[in-house]
Amino acid sequence: MAIETQPERAHGAGGSAPGARRQRPWWMRPAIHTAIAGAVIGYLIGHLLGNFLAASNVATEYPNLALSDSSDWPIVLGYAFGVVGWVAGLGVFNDLIRQMLGRPVPVATEEEEAANGGIAKYFRFTLDHKVVGIQYLIGMIIYFCTAGLFAMAIRSELLSPTQHLFSSSAYVEIVGEHGTMMMMLMSSVILGPFGNYLVPLMIGSKRVAFPRLEALSFWLTPAAFLILLSGLMLGGFPFGWTGYAPLSIQATLGADSYAMSFGLMGVSVILAGFNIIVTVICYRAPGMRWSRVPMFVWAMVSTSFLMVLAAPVLIGGMYMMITDRTAQTAFFVDTLGGSSYLYQNLFWFFGHPEVYILALPGFGVVSELLPVFTRKPLFGYKTAAAGMIGVTLLSFFVWQHHLFDSGINPDMRPVFMLTTELISIPTGFIYLVAMGTLWKAKIRLTVPMLFALGMYFNFLIGGISGVFLSDVPADTTEHGSFFVMAHFHYTIMGGLIFAFMAACYYWLPKMMGIKLNQRLGKIHFWTMFIFFNSTFLPLFAIGMDGQPRRVFEYARNLETLNDWVSISSFLLGGSILIFVINFVWSTVIARVREVGNPWNSRGLEWQVSSPPPPGNFAHVPVVLSGPYEYGTPGAPPVADLNPPTGVVSAAYAGADTARAEA
Amino acid sequence: MSLPARVSLLVVAFLAVVAIGAFVVLHYFLGGPAVVDYSAGVTPDSGATVHVVMQEDPQNTVSTHPDWVSYFIQNPRTKAWEHTTLFKVPAGSRIDMTIYGFDGCTPLRNPVWGQITGTIGDVEYVNGKPYHVINSWSSCNVGHTFSIPGINLNVPMATPGLIQSNKPGLCPTSPCQPGDPKAVPYRVMTFSFNTPHATGQYFWQCRVPCGGGFVTGFGGPMSTIGFMTGNMDVVS
Amino acid sequence: MAAEAPAQPPAAAGEPNHGLRIFIPWLVLSVAADLIIWIAWRPHLPPGTMSSAGANQQFDIAIMAVLAAPVMILVLTYFAYALIVWRQKPGDEEDGPPIHGNTRIQATWIVVSSVIVLFLAVFGTVELFTAQGSGGGEGASAVFTSGVSKPLQVQVIGQQWKFTYRYPQYGGFETTDLVLPTNTWVEFHVTSIDVIHSFWAYQLGVKADANPGVDNIAYTKIYHTGSITVRCAELCGLWHGAMFDYGRAVSPAAFQSWAQATEVHLAAVTKVLPPYSLTYDPTQVAQMGKGMVANGLTGGAGLYYPPTDPAQP
Repeated sequence: MAIETQPERAHGAGGSAPGARRQRPWWMRPAIHTAIAGAVIGYLIGHLLGNFLAASNVATEYPNLALSDSSDWPIVLGYAFGVVGWVAGLGVFNDLIRQMLGRPVPVATEEEEAANGGIAKYFRFTLDHKVVGIQYLIGMIIYFCTAGLFAMAIRSELLSPTQHLFSSSAYVEIVGEHGTMMMMLMSSVILGPFGNYLVPLMIGSKRVAFPRLEALSFWLTPAAFLILLSGLMLGGFPFGWTGYAPLSIQATLGADSYAMSFGLMGVSVILAGFNIIVTVICYRAPGMRWSRVPMFVWAMVSTSFLMVLAAPVLIGGMYMMITDRTAQTAFFVDTLGGSSYLYQNLFWFFGHPEVYILALPGFGVVSELLPVFTRKPLFGYKTAAAGMIGVTLLSFFVWQHHLFDSGINPDMRPVFMLTTELISIPTGFIYLVAMGTLWKAKIRLTVPMLFALGMYFNFLIGGISGVFLSDVPADTTEHGSFFVMAHFHYTIMGGLIFAFMAACYYWLPKMMGIKLNQRLGKIHFWTMFIFFNSTFLPLFAIGMDGQPRRVFEYARNLETLNDWVSISSFLLGGSILIFVINFVWSTVIARVREVGNPWNSRGLEWQVSSPPPPGNFAHVPVVLSGPYEYGTPGAPPVADLNPPTGVVSAAYAGADTARAEA
Repeated sequence: MSLPARVSLLVVAFLAVVAIGAFVVLHYFLGGPAVVDYSAGVTPDSGATVHVVMQEDPQNTVSTHPDWVSYFIQNPRTKAWEHTTLFKVPAGSRIDMTIYGFDGCTPLRNPVWGQITGTIGDVEYVNGKPYHVINSWSSCNVGHTFSIPGINLNVPMATPGLIQSNKPGLCPTSPCQPGDPKAVPYRVMTFSFNTPHATGQYFWQCRVPCGGGFVTGFGGPMSTIGFMTGNMDVVS
Repeated sequence: MAAEAPAQPPAAAGEPNHGLRIFIPWLVLSVAADLIIWIAWRPHLPPGTMSSAGANQQFDIAIMAVLAAPVMILVLTYFAYALIVWRQKPGDEEDGPPIHGNTRIQATWIVVSSVIVLFLAVFGTVELFTAQGSGGGEGASAVFTSGVSKPLQVQVIGQQWKFTYRYPQYGGFETTDLVLPTNTWVEFHVTSIDVIHSFWAYQLGVKADANPGVDNIAYTKIYHTGSITVRCAELCGLWHGAMFDYGRAVSPAAFQSWAQATEVHLAAVTKVLPPYSLTYDPTQVAQMGKGMVANGLTGGAGLYYPPTDPAQP
């Protein structure tokens, strides 16, 4: 949007009195309202351009566009330009343009950022990773609850095999929206809020490497969310979150919203991951050796590598889908020389690392929490880290297990069965580490610990059912049935979302200086745990009894089971509602202040105030020991927050001796 | 912000979310074309006969997709043509179906659907002439089908015949009115079938790839309720 | 993922042997669970023993369940024991013992889990061999074949939104009725003429995706007569949820008479069909009548794609 014509300031000089700089009124500074305006203008420009392109070409080159009476060009270009407008409206390009024009880029000092008070900064494109973390947290809760409401609708339809609440087109749209919204947006459900907020604090850094990329990665998520939802206005998409061609090429306009939103989320995920990797590699404080890096950070780095390496393939696949739909390329249409297998392989080459993007952060959270609430060091630190790395590497070699019955080269089936079985070894390390940490521990059953234990329970079921799926003969009956649904809901919802809840209850005092109500938290845990299991455990049986996925008519003898599952799912929705009520009540109404270290954790992030000051640490700390040294007699504190002058600069100058002493 | 301000903001936000959710559900999920009721006043499971009348058009000129081919169903009481594909019939009854075919030809992807099945006598009458199989590849003679997979019913819809330059074109506005076939050409298909005793929703579809511009011809109108596919509700 | 019970260095005086107190319940529960699984549950495991593929899958699932049960019971027993015995007492602010790791335990865990996993991989591969692919679609060049020279060939054509079946050995007639003989190897050739579907014959333990332009082969041998539920197992558009029907397995004699009678009954339709082929391209129609080609198609969508489009991606 408009270039700010502020009085020019010295580059990063700092030291000016807080509040001295003249601020424009809030509605003239770029924020969400200018973003919306930009998006609308961008959409209109793109839409007009698309109409022009379609009309000018239609008579000569694409006559079937006239026949189809619905051109994808205006929708696709509208979304593309709309996203550019959204991003421009946020002021993302402002600093770039200033630099290109040779003008100084104003940099707010930490004091000014702190004075920049109140709630308005959460609606802006900010460079403070802590603000981005909170933005992500609120966003992720909204996305999760919206997708969860779609799930309630699915289960309402499945109450009866013959009486239909929704038309079949509404039902298939709802299924697609639920699946895509969850799989696409929950990729960042832990890395976004907690990764972005905590990783610098955990490694002793005052900032992230690429704050602009990080903030942009957040702001692309509401754009992706809204584009996906707007698909409902276009008639939705009838192919679920996997988007198999040629059905996705055949589908009407709603498919464009699927492809654009998923591709956009892919971009967001690449930016977020890239930022985390560089931050952790380059911004660790002196003394923060790799052997002292918290397990949560290991998980974030592993997840980030998966994001950066797998998401480009997704973007490529979505791009090909869009060109197939608009420019009549023939990547995926077999009668024109393409292949439906090409899409399946591209999608699952991304799709399998994607599910580990969803699983690894959960592992990181529970491994991080367990030492705090058992008061013991993490058992087998190196094994845990090796497990994360092993999962990351192996996850690129297993994707064809989604295609065992698709008619792939049959020699590949035993190969991928082997690799899929092998990946359960590093996944199992999480349990080895957990069990070792629990040995002779002093277990405190706080709310975060309850959720972490719930995660271990659920993921056990989910993981073992994955072994059943990896066996090719057994997979013949299980593939494409509710068995698969139960498996991935146990691993993703039972694993990741339980970990998310644990992370919320554990780190909200740190992030917002507010404690969530613990009694409501326990009610939330028990209701969520019980109803989650009662919802998803019968699905294994329903699948093995012959009910395929994404159907609205099923065998009558399965009606009782389906009804049990549906009622449980409504109660599960109720428990999530309890969480939302707890969250909103505690953060907006009750606001019980919690400063300091309520969990008595040795984590470096807990050694500063809650919430942390701008700039995280007054001085870059020197790390003296690992975060898990509970019960170790004579263990030094985790870090020296006020290192004597000279230590830090010596460390940065590459003095190995200083580092060795630290 | 003071406590009352925060509380009222919360209440407003909550109500807004509920309103948006209700709107999405009511408008996008529960909305749809009307259901034409052929079961009113008929006793189910008594072997009564119900006469259902439909037509298929080369376009529909009454919806937001005017170029999409579409079926219309005639309301039994008002005799008006409604732009819908949803209708209700009584269980255990005989349906005498009349369909006016106004649209031109497209060859079947699988010519097995040129065979008439599921009707009484496995026969359909096109302008009074009986047929058991129609070969949609031999000449321009099949435009659509009316098929109810759940009761294995499949009836091809004949076209108004080859259109040559000196003959009139297809019906230009919808719903078409069966009148002088020399002015606006059409064929009349009649067939009968029995509805099952089990109530339920039986979907019906067209099997000719008439979704113009969509891959395999099965997108667009073929995959949208209210155009070339719909539901037959068997009620008691 | 199993591990032997952690054998710790000699415990402090008065400290119970936690390892043993976990091991014994684990052993008892595992043996009980495995016996229940193998004896009581196994005969009822899906998908049932109506066919060779189904029986093979039932066996596989039973073996995996017998291996999985002790693993799960180990983790659950251990966690339960820990939560009961090692809860922090109220008022106790002490930390736990500083155990960073135990190389022997970790090595044992890794070795045992690797052994189990590798066993399962080998087991699964062997089962694929012995069950002729166990009913899964193997693509056009199947590796695990029936082994008999003349299996009954049944082509399954997936289309939106119904499966049809062609019997090439009986003149290539096409029917919506799936009838199969018992005691005969059946070779399914699954293909699609539009989008991706998946032929899932539940009681036969057969699932093969129907990809357009691809011949996907799956094998099974049916043991008993009975009803077969066929469902589409890959989302194929609006009416995927309603894309199912019921077939039946009958005695070989009954099948013969049915097939021959149907071949005669459907002769008029079979003349109209394209010749039997492993895949079909419905946009290339050799039998298209001259009138169609000359005057063009007049329907709502004469063209699948206009001829000016590039045919090569």
